[in-house]
Amino acid sequence: MDWGSIFSNAMASALGPDAIVYALAAIGLNVHFGYTGLLNFGQAGFMAVAAYGLAASVATWGLPFWVGIAIGFGAALLLALLLGVPTLRLRADYLAIATIASAEILRLVFGSVTLSDWFGGSNGRQQFANTFYDMNPYSSRLDFGLFSFSANDAWVFTVGWFLVALSCLAVWSLMRSPWGRVLKSIREDEDAVRSLGKNVFSYKMQALILGGMFGALAGFMLAIKQQSVIPTDYATDITFFAYTALLLGGAGRVLGPVIGAIIFWFLMTFLGGFFSSAASIDLIPDVVMSDIQASLVRFILVGAGLMALMIFRPQGIFGDRREIAIDGR
Amino acid sequence: MLGAILLGAGGAYGTSPAALPSESSDNSITVVLIDTRGTEAGESGKPVPDVDIEVSDDSGTVGEGTTDEEGRASIPIPGLGSYTVTVDEDTLPEDTQLSGEGGNERTVNVVISGDMRVQFPIADERAAGAGFVSKLMTGAVSGVKFGLIIGLAALGLSMVFGTTGLTNFSHGELITFGGLVVYGFNRGLGLPVVLAGILTVIVSAGFGWVQERGLWRPLRRRGTGLVAMMIVSIGFALFLRNVYQYVFGGNTKSLSQYVSQQRVSLGPISLAPKEMAIMAIAFVAIALVCAALMTTRLGKATRAVADNPALASSSGLRVDGVIGSVWIVGTALTGLAGVLLAVDQQVEFQMGFKMLLLVFASVTLGGLGTVWGALIGSMVVGIMVEVSPVLGVPAELKYTPALLVLILILLVRPQGILGRRERIG
Repeated sequence: MDWGSIFSNAMASALGPDAIVYALAAIGLNVHFGYTGLLNFGQAGFMAVAAYGLAASVATWGLPFWVGIAIGFGAALLLALLLGVPTLRLRADYLAIATIASAEILRLVFGSVTLSDWFGGSNGRQQFANTFYDMNPYSSRLDFGLFSFSANDAWVFTVGWFLVALSCLAVWSLMRSPWGRVLKSIREDEDAVRSLGKNVFSYKMQALILGGMFGALAGFMLAIKQQSVIPTDYATDITFFAYTALLLGGAGRVLGPVIGAIIFWFLMTFLGGFFSSAASIDLIPDVVMSDIQASLVRFILVGAGLMALMIFRPQGIFGDRREIAIDGR
Repeated sequence: MLGAILLGAGGAYGTSPAALPSESSDNSITVVLIDTRGTEAGESGKPVPDVDIEVSDDSGTVGEGTTDEEGRASIPIPGLGSYTVTVDEDTLPEDTQLSGEGGNERTVNVVISGDMRVQFPIADERAAGAGFVSKLMTGAVSGVKFGLIIGLAALGLSMVFGTTGLTNFSHGELITFGGLVVYGFNRGLGLPVVLAGILTVIVSAGFGWVQERGLWRPLRRRGTGLVAMMIVSIGFALFLRNVYQYVFGGNTKSLSQYVSQQRVSLGPISLAPKEMAIMAIAFVAIALVCAALMTTRLGKATRAVADNPALASSSGLRVDGVIGSVWIVGTALTGLAGVLLAVDQQVEFQMGFKMLLLVFASVTLGGLGTVWGALIGSMVVGIMVEVSPVLGVPAELKYTPALLVLILILLVRPQGILGRRERIG
């Protein structure tokens, strides 16, 4: 078994574009769930409207790249408003169900044959980020010794981590402001905040929009890193994997989602590489595990891991148990 | 070899095509027309001979052919590109007619070598020529059938929610459990579908008990919050779904019996016998559970726990025992929904996951935690799903109106049709 390549692939994945996308998505969820206590299960929807807003603007309607980015942000803003109005006054599980349903509606609509002139059906849209890659200062591979990125990946890597850093800085400064303290107190006791004369609905809406914007950034990075949007990339699972990353690092902590995403992707790629090479060299007999089955083991472990995390250590690595909004109904 | 298989299927489309001998030259489109109406899976259908097929591109006709005794026509094409395959409907046998969107034309994009499959579903002439009212009624009846299947699952979800407050995101996987276990009994052990179905419901009940004892009761004892339990159920769903795919594989498979049946005409609508059986079984199961909830001691205890667990406990009710029974009954009902879905359609590792949001929509529409509400909501959702294509919603989007209603109901009446105001805030 080639431990060296398994390890270096895992490192590349943990620091590369995959982890960046999940870190941004999880930062958004951190604003929703970690700080405000909102259970948004539709982060995939925010990512999808942003990514398709960009892709369709450029590839279908021929608009400039930056206009596409603006349209993507606008679409995510609109989605947050549409979702927030009916659900933010209700109990946590209603928001969860409504957001997961709308993410699913969006995925079906973007993949539908009827609208394939706009969104490309199940093939999606490609080649809309040339403007982004034209700005690439790297002309050759970026070598880190243990692993290396292609010139395009290196550019995504640079811009991506810059955005993650910027997002963390924004979350850090917002959450120590009076505005952020109101969000945290909404998480702890909504009625107390209301009795202080704060408009809880408005604060929750602002939090939903802010987190949705980070989700939009994640959608942009996912679309740009592969120059392609396809509906299956925005399935419900991506939301739950982002939740796993967030809970792993620690909800309600500025760096929690980032560390979580790095560890999540390291483990995913490491386990994927380990089991597929174990199955292919017949360390595990083919009857027990074929190559296809080997690629599923890591997802089984993610499910079991999420359960174990929530049961035994809901605060994750860095979080504070008392600050996690998991007891309310 | 470039081949296009045009395949006729009765009623529902999508039975597997006959193996295609690769005798054609490099660039040709091969068309096979097989009428599979009224055949069980495994049997090959009846070839449809003497049907004229035409292949054309932008500049005009490229080639013509007539299906032979085996229902096959091979038409050479000049190269890769986009072609239109047309079936001359006048040459079809008297009692057959093409159904489905697009009529007698299909566009085939020949981009790579390999089998390109295009389906021309063949239906009874009467059904295909049916008017709007008849389609609407057929859609409504399918909707009632789908609604009853959803209703079984929704009842299970609603009972568990009512007594424990848990919004169970792994409920879809409990439906899949029923489908996979019935497949295992039927195809693995060779049992007839009916017996396999009965055993599956028993196994599902056991699965519910094991889950409650092994997972949910210990969590309640630890004082785990409801949001935490919801996230645990998401992890459980991911876990189960991938275990299913690990064991069962990613393919869609069908049971050994009742796969495709000739529809029987009943006035303006036509139904396969299995569809009537599915509706009858689901209806009886739902009626029995509702009657039990209304009249038996356990049923009353269940409603008491749902109403106020603390009060029920202090009145001497064994709350944990009641919740255990609710899990057993709820999971058994959900397993039955999986069995019926497997008989109605096919078995796949995501079959329940795809229905989960419809089940959520049903219980939310009817009112979370209410039994009658769950049933009304399921009917509305089932009928919306099946009728919306008739009213012009594209078939691939037929789930979306029901999901939109889920969001809209939260705007106007968040407690659902029958829910109580106090539960929502």
